[in-house]
Amino acid sequence: MANTEEMTLEEREKTLGGIGSARKRKEDVRFIQGKGNYVDDIKLPGEVFGDFVRSPYAHARVTSIDTEAATAVPGVIAVLTADDLKPLNLHWMPTLAGDSQAVLADEKVHFQNQEVAFVIGEDRYAVSDGVQAVEVDYEELPVLVDPRKSLDDDAPILREDAKDKSEVGQGPRQHPNHIFTWDVGDKAATDQAFADAAVTVKEEIFYQRVHPCPLEPSGCVASMDKVKGELTLYGTFQAPHVIRTVVSLISGLPEHKIRVISPDIGGGFGSKVGAYPGYVCAVVGSIVLGRPVKWVESRIDNLSTTAFARDYRMTGELAADDQGKITGLRVHVLADHGAFNAHAQPSKWPAGLFSIVTGSYDIPAAHVSVDGVYTNKAPGGVAYRCSFRVTEASYLIERMVDVLAQKVEVDKAEIRLRNFITPEQFPYTSCLGWDYDSGDYPTALKKALDAVGYDALRQEQAEKRARGELMGIGVVTFTEIVGAGPMRNCDILGLGMFDSCEIRVHPTGSVIARLGTKSQGQGHETTFAQIIASELGIPSDDITIEEGDTDTAPYGLGTYGSRSTPVAGAAAAQAARQLRAKAHKIAAHMLEVGPDDLEWEVDRFKVKGLPEKQATMKEIAFAAYANVPDGMEPGLEAVNYYDPPNFTFPFGAYVCVVDVDPETGEVKVRRFYALDDCGTRINPMVIEGQVHGGLTEAFAIALGQELTFDEIGNIQGASLMDYFLPTAVETPVWETDYTVTPSPHHPIGAKGVGESPNVGGVSAFSNAVVDAFAHLGVTHMPMPHTAWRVWQTCRDLGLSG
Amino acid sequence: MSKVQITMTVNGQAVEGQVEPRCLLIHFLREQLSLTGPHIGCETSHCGACTVDLDGMSVKSCTVFAVQADGAEVLTVEGMAEAGGTLSAIQEGFMQEHGLQCGFCTPGMITRAYRLLQENHDPSDEEIRSGISGNLCRCTGYQNIVKAVRYAADKINAPREAAE
Repeated sequence: MANTEEMTLEEREKTLGGIGSARKRKEDVRFIQGKGNYVDDIKLPGEVFGDFVRSPYAHARVTSIDTEAATAVPGVIAVLTADDLKPLNLHWMPTLAGDSQAVLADEKVHFQNQEVAFVIGEDRYAVSDGVQAVEVDYEELPVLVDPRKSLDDDAPILREDAKDKSEVGQGPRQHPNHIFTWDVGDKAATDQAFADAAVTVKEEIFYQRVHPCPLEPSGCVASMDKVKGELTLYGTFQAPHVIRTVVSLISGLPEHKIRVISPDIGGGFGSKVGAYPGYVCAVVGSIVLGRPVKWVESRIDNLSTTAFARDYRMTGELAADDQGKITGLRVHVLADHGAFNAHAQPSKWPAGLFSIVTGSYDIPAAHVSVDGVYTNKAPGGVAYRCSFRVTEASYLIERMVDVLAQKVEVDKAEIRLRNFITPEQFPYTSCLGWDYDSGDYPTALKKALDAVGYDALRQEQAEKRARGELMGIGVVTFTEIVGAGPMRNCDILGLGMFDSCEIRVHPTGSVIARLGTKSQGQGHETTFAQIIASELGIPSDDITIEEGDTDTAPYGLGTYGSRSTPVAGAAAAQAARQLRAKAHKIAAHMLEVGPDDLEWEVDRFKVKGLPEKQATMKEIAFAAYANVPDGMEPGLEAVNYYDPPNFTFPFGAYVCVVDVDPETGEVKVRRFYALDDCGTRINPMVIEGQVHGGLTEAFAIALGQELTFDEIGNIQGASLMDYFLPTAVETPVWETDYTVTPSPHHPIGAKGVGESPNVGGVSAFSNAVVDAFAHLGVTHMPMPHTAWRVWQTCRDLGLSG
Repeated sequence: MSKVQITMTVNGQAVEGQVEPRCLLIHFLREQLSLTGPHIGCETSHCGACTVDLDGMSVKSCTVFAVQADGAEVLTVEGMAEAGGTLSAIQEGFMQEHGLQCGFCTPGMITRAYRLLQENHDPSDEEIRSGISGNLCRCTGYQNIVKAVRYAADKINAPREAAE
């Protein structure tokens, strides 16, 4: 610890490495030396390996499973089927959405690559041989791939287990393949707005099925100690505490006998929130065998069976006056949830926070309805680097505003300025019921337009169009809703979506803090320490952050939906404030003055008017264990469980400039400027890194990613040969910028940033591509904007050849 | 399945082992030698998380049999630091330029960057992007990885240039 006695106030502040410091990341030291500890790196004594026999069919009856040859394979120890799990009642498991999911196929398979049997063996090669040797007979059934046919009278019934249920967790259903209908908004007022409108526009907007595809696949190691009756489960869990509760509820093991540990996680992006059959099979295998069982999925397993994202067929309509001022918004969504409703949303929100669909705009009337349906595809519907369904919502409104702009022939930046919620309107309640905390949209957009030289770009575009060249400018002004969330309206399986932080200050003035969240690359070990450093006056270098071990960390709901900073970050600030309040009393005792005689200064309390009489936090920390006032508990520890009063609403203004080659359909991103406002900025370096990464994922989605299926439900392209992950060559260079509009309800004013660039980025790319064709009457083009697809548009317009 | 005796030099140390002929190099490194720096991300040679240096070339160790490396010199991320544990210029660059987030691609990325700078002492940004295009990253968007490699090249070249 640096000697602070000789330092100026400014130097002392800098030494803290607190909020606003671009300090280097603590976690890097191990990662750059190959000393990270990811799930597949764990090797326990006696550990065995498990893998699945998977269905080649998308819809079929399982008529027989013969495991005899497999169990005879050298090195194979056991083969589990649904019949083995039935006595334990573990052949099905509850999903986070209130539905059930087959752990191992129970009489039927509902999607290609569904888990049918689990082979356990001494090593992965023996297991692979065993998987090949399991004989399964199937009787094929009619396959339902197109969600638009799910509710037809003659559609094949997929979920025979649920066909007579009046609901499967999220409200009444109308058809055996129907999951829910969710309605929000004032339908009558919206209908009236459309009836009265000078102008209306309507567009079918499909946000394709994509996959988060983190570089590390999902996996776990389950280790049952039969002597102690204790289960330790290591896994790629974004929400380890929730996983512990789920394991307890479905296995019957008491929760205090279960320890869940999320070690280092190699990216999650929403795909590591839910529970997968592999976890259940590894746990059962370990309980049965008394040996640790590891399951790690392959990349093909990952892309074809663990949680997909999006797959929203949206119909958007806007009503407006002839100047482009929006008077009404109407949206219907047909949501393909696959074979089991396993999307990860707060319980009361079957379409997540999709009702943020009014975006940054002051829209007086809106009505949204969403129908979720089953198809013969893998389950999922997770938030791929976004808060619950926020990317879908933002894409819809940002595309529709452009469609309207073209209809009324108003510039795409100008139409946004005409419709913004103004800074004076905050706090603002949207017509769909959200209380926006803070924002200044016009300032952000004007700064963005100035930075890129917008008028000159439009001029250049006009000149290029005159020459028959294709250039597009995408403008996006998104608003997110993140930080789920207030317990009054957010829960998962009934558990309120609070989060937590426990801080212990040691006698020498260093700190360990533990939180209920779990970093998957976001840099929590660095940034949470900065919050505590600023609040507590202890250098961030002297603060260790730990997450992911349910035996030591306080209960929390985990990391997804940009909730770590808004919720756990708030808990960290509040816990630190509790400690500073105690430290204040100890300081008064040490200095023999009343608490009111003291003032706080960076890292110490000083006696007002007698600046030489002071107690540093380091001195106070020791005193907490040595010399406390009468009646005070010794020690310096605090825990805070933070129930946020509201969500936070980060926003941004993005501009994307593309050139399109009409002969090849190739889209070249010439420039991408991203201005983000995430409120108070904790670590500018980490924020910029998050923005770069989110934009790159947005680029991948908008220009290339899609999981498609043939008519019999074969998933096409579920490997990295076909599924687009951009390399350094394709990835554009990003320009980042910011404004700061703090959240008024968050203790340090921070809003969260990790997902903003993906939410805003997808629309910016898509708007830019469509804009390149806008002068030719094109109002929408379906994502992903691959060269093949864009070329087809060029061909149809007679632009190529 | 019968096993084959192999020997190789890994990070400067002679090692030997018994492997099935079908055993992949990545599994030999990770499971027999406990070198868990290189990771398995795709098993199809696309992602590069398993990149190691084999006789002076970058290879995807998920598609090399361990027996193919018999008698070879192998370098993994664990062998990147200087003697005494000092971080190499490349490792330092990744930390200084925020060239990593989740860390899963990092060992492969660093190992590839090491070989790239052997092949080209002073690559342009475009050459760096092309040179690491066999290694995927889902977190950083590559921009800071390019800066990290640039940082390392500059640091390595500084004494060389000073001498000239």
